[in-house]
Amino acid sequence: MPCTGKVDVIHLMEAFQKGADGVYVVGCLEGECHYLTGNLRAKKRVEYTKKLLDEIGVGGERLEMYNIAASDGPRFAEVAREMDEKIRAMGPSPIKAMLQKINATNNMAVEGK
Amino acid sequence: MIVAERKPLDEIIGFIKDCKKILIAGCNECVTVCCAGGKKEVAVLASALKMAFFKEGKDLEITEVTLERQCDREYLEEIRDIIDQYDAVVSMACGVGVQFMAEKYLSIPIYPALNTLFMGVTEERGVWAERCQGCGQCILGQTAGICPISRCAKRLFNGPCGGSTKGKCEINKDLACAWQLIIDRLKALGRLDDYDILVPIKDWSTERSGGPRRIVREDLQQ
Repeated sequence: MPCTGKVDVIHLMEAFQKGADGVYVVGCLEGECHYLTGNLRAKKRVEYTKKLLDEIGVGGERLEMYNIAASDGPRFAEVAREMDEKIRAMGPSPIKAMLQKINATNNMAVEGK
Repeated sequence: MIVAERKPLDEIIGFIKDCKKILIAGCNECVTVCCAGGKKEVAVLASALKMAFFKEGKDLEITEVTLERQCDREYLEEIRDIIDQYDAVVSMACGVGVQFMAEKYLSIPIYPALNTLFMGVTEERGVWAERCQGCGQCILGQTAGICPISRCAKRLFNGPCGGSTKGKCEINKDLACAWQLIIDRLKALGRLDDYDILVPIKDWSTERSGGPRRIVREDLQQ
């Protein structure tokens, strides 16, 4: 997408619904959005979605927003590692855990046949 | 418009905890404008409920629909052919729409997803404020377009109380004193003399305290 301003709550929710253990939104540095306030809107939508995820028990800490300059590859890599470590430490999301359980049950049923 | 906000998710989940298949019905009018119950909000609620149920190992099939309005029979009629297949409907309309749907579809439980709050305006994106309480006897013509019934904490009719301080209400320093607003507006209109005209004792029978209200226009009835 051209700007994190296009990110909406439903996009973030659907990522978790499909089994994502963690989601991070990376926008331009604050004050440097090409569309002026897109990354600020994304920040607020991320905060709102974090609260929703807490309400349903998936966990808002699995969703984060970072602001990185488009040219700052090293920082992007650093954030990717940071988010990866954090989410691995938390383990699979409750949705992913249930998907894995269902898959395991289905596999056992197939093997049983 | 009517302004509402979504109920806490655990309350909504409580309504439908034993359901297997539900319809979430949004409304394209007021609750879309106040970002509480329109098509977007229906999608978000559907996603949230699916995840809440799924993580507990429970299946919940959800159909999403957004009607033009839920306060007119013609629009509610649009779901007649499909509604019977659901265990319940979660309506994201205001309380008016929830009730009208429940009156029409007697055999399906209709649950409210919103708490309906007031008739108001969008002061700025993300901020909605009360402006009208439907008292049935509008005096806005005398008060320069500012309503002392909905905007004055004490519903005073003839000027501010002693608690009005620097244009703010004594109950909340962030709340403008309605009568200060009225006086300022009358001054701007060059009508400050209207302030001296006493507003007589109000007939409250046209307000909700007079009982549920109804308007009949015989010229429009079929």
